[in-house]
Amino acid sequence: MNKLIIWYGELITGHKLLKRGLFFLTPGMLWLILFLVLPGLILILVSFAGRGTYGDLVWEFSFENYTRLIGYGIFGWTLDYVYILFRSIWVALVTTCLSVVLSYPLCFYIAKKPLRTRYLWLTIVIIPFWTNMVIRAYAWFLILAPELPFAKLAAFLKLIPEGAPLYPSALAVYLGMISMFLPFVALPLFSSIERLDWTLVEAAQDLYASNFRIFMHAILPQTLPGLSVGIILTIVPAMGMFVVPDLLGGAKYMLIGNLIQQQFGSSRDYAFGAAISMALMILTLISLYLYKRKNRGVDLI
Amino acid sequence: MRKINLLLRISALSTMAFLYLPLMAVAFFSVNDSKYGLAWKGFTLDWYIKLFENELILKAASNTLILAVVSTLVSTFLGTILAIGMDRFPWPRKMNAAFDLIMHLPVIIPDIIFAAAMVVAFGFLRTFASIFDPGLLNMIIAHITFQTAFVALVVRSRLAGIGKEIEEAARDLYADTTYMLMKVTLPLLMPGIVAGAMLAFTLSLDDFVISFFTAGPDSITLPLYIYAAVRRVVTPQIHALSTLVLMVTIILVICMERITRKVNKK
Repeated sequence: MNKLIIWYGELITGHKLLKRGLFFLTPGMLWLILFLVLPGLILILVSFAGRGTYGDLVWEFSFENYTRLIGYGIFGWTLDYVYILFRSIWVALVTTCLSVVLSYPLCFYIAKKPLRTRYLWLTIVIIPFWTNMVIRAYAWFLILAPELPFAKLAAFLKLIPEGAPLYPSALAVYLGMISMFLPFVALPLFSSIERLDWTLVEAAQDLYASNFRIFMHAILPQTLPGLSVGIILTIVPAMGMFVVPDLLGGAKYMLIGNLIQQQFGSSRDYAFGAAISMALMILTLISLYLYKRKNRGVDLI
Repeated sequence: MRKINLLLRISALSTMAFLYLPLMAVAFFSVNDSKYGLAWKGFTLDWYIKLFENELILKAASNTLILAVVSTLVSTFLGTILAIGMDRFPWPRKMNAAFDLIMHLPVIIPDIIFAAAMVVAFGFLRTFASIFDPGLLNMIIAHITFQTAFVALVVRSRLAGIGKEIEEAARDLYADTTYMLMKVTLPLLMPGIVAGAMLAFTLSLDDFVISFFTAGPDSITLPLYIYAAVRRVVTPQIHALSTLVLMVTIILVICMERITRKVNKK
C-alpha cells in the first residue's frame, strides 16, 4: 500500500490517496449508511418483534408476523393477506403487460417523427411521468364521474346504478395504474426503438415474413434492453403502489401498499407492517433476480 | 404498410389522450364557475384567487418549497463529493461493489419500504431526542437520503464521461488537489451537478409516499394537502391548486430536458 503509484498524473502513495478518497467519500456514504442501510436493518429486526397493547414494540423474537401474513391469525386461518399479496402481483403484471402493449405503437410513432419535433413529443410523454401521482390518481375521479359519458354508458348497459360514478372499482384501479406507469415503460423503450436498425425489418419484409414474425424476430430482440428496463421499472413500484388503489379502489380493492400503510397508520402495528414490507422486498428481489439473469451487464439507469 | 401506419397513429394518439385526458379535465374544471357537480357554468378564475387567501394552502406551499430547496442543496453537495470520492480513487473491487449497491438502493427498493424503514428508525431516534417527532426535519432527512443517491449517480456518469486526461494535464502542471478540484474538476462537472440538482428538486416535489409517512401535523406539503382534500370532497379549488402544480411541473420538466440535452451534446 505504501508503494508509490501514479494516479491522474500525480506521484503519490496508495495509502495517502485512499486517505484523501475517504475524505470525499465519508460524508455522503455515512449519511446513506445512517439513514438508509441502518433503518433497513432495523426494519428487518422489527419484523420479528411483537406488538404491545398500545401499539408499542415488544422485543420478543418470533415468526408470528410472518405466520400471520400467510394466514394464521387469532381468529383461525384465513387467506385474506395471501389473497392481497397475489392480487398485488396480478395487478402489477396486468399493468406492466398493458403498458408494454400501449408503449410500442406510441414509441414507433414518436421515433418516426422528424428530429425537429421528436423531442417535443417525447417531452409530452415525460410530463405525466413527473406529475405528482396524487393529482394523476384523483384526476380519474373527473373522467369517471356520473355526469360524464363513460359512467352514463355503463349505467345505460346496467353495469352500474343510474347516477353512480365508475369508481371505486377494479376498472378504476387498472386505469389509474396503467396511466401512472405507462411512461415508465415508454421512456426506456423509446431509447431502444430510436436506435432500431430498420434494415433488418426491410430484409424480413423482402423475405415475405408476416407482420407478426417481423415483430418477433426483427424488432423485439433489438428492443429487449429498453423493454426489460421498462418492465422492471414498472413492476417493482406497481407492486408497492398505494395511492392509486387507495383513491380509486376503495377498501375492497386493497394491495400490499395499502396493507403496509394501514399498519403504520391507523393500526399502529409496526412489527406486522415491517413483516409485510419484507414480503414486498422479497417480491422485489425476485423480480430483480429474474431481470439480472436475463440481462447481464445492462445498467438500470 | 399504409394500414399499419394508420393503426399505429390511431393507437399512439389514443394513448396520448389516455395520459392527458384526466389532467386536462382537472385544468378544465378548475375554471368552471360551479361549486358542486361537473356541469359547465361559465369561465371564472375565482378558484385561483381563493387559493391565495387560504392560509393552509399557503403554509403547505411554503413547506413544500422549504423541503425541496433545503434537501436539494444538502443532497447536491453530498451526492457530488460522494461521486468524486467513488469515481476518482482506486478502491478495492469489493468495496466498490458495496458502495455501488448502497447507492442503487433508493433506485431499486419500492419507496413504501424506504418510508416504512424511516418511520421505524425515527421512532427509535425519538426515544433519544424529541426533535425527531414527525415533522419537517424528518421529511428533510428522508428526502436528502434518496436524493443523494440519485445526484451521485448522475454526477458519477458525468465524471466517467469527462475522462481523466484534463485532470492529468492539470497535475502535470503542478496543480494541487484543491486547485484542481476548484478550477478543473468542478467547472467540468457543473452541467452534471446542475442536472443532478434539478433531478433532486423534481423528485422532492413529486414525492408523496415518503412525505406521507414522515410528516407531522404542522408539516403538510401540497401533495399531502391535495390527498387529504380529495379523500373528503373534491372541490374546484383543489382542481385549481392541482393545475398550478401541473404547470410548475411542466416548466421544471422543460428546463430539465434542456439541461440534460446540453450535457449530452457537449
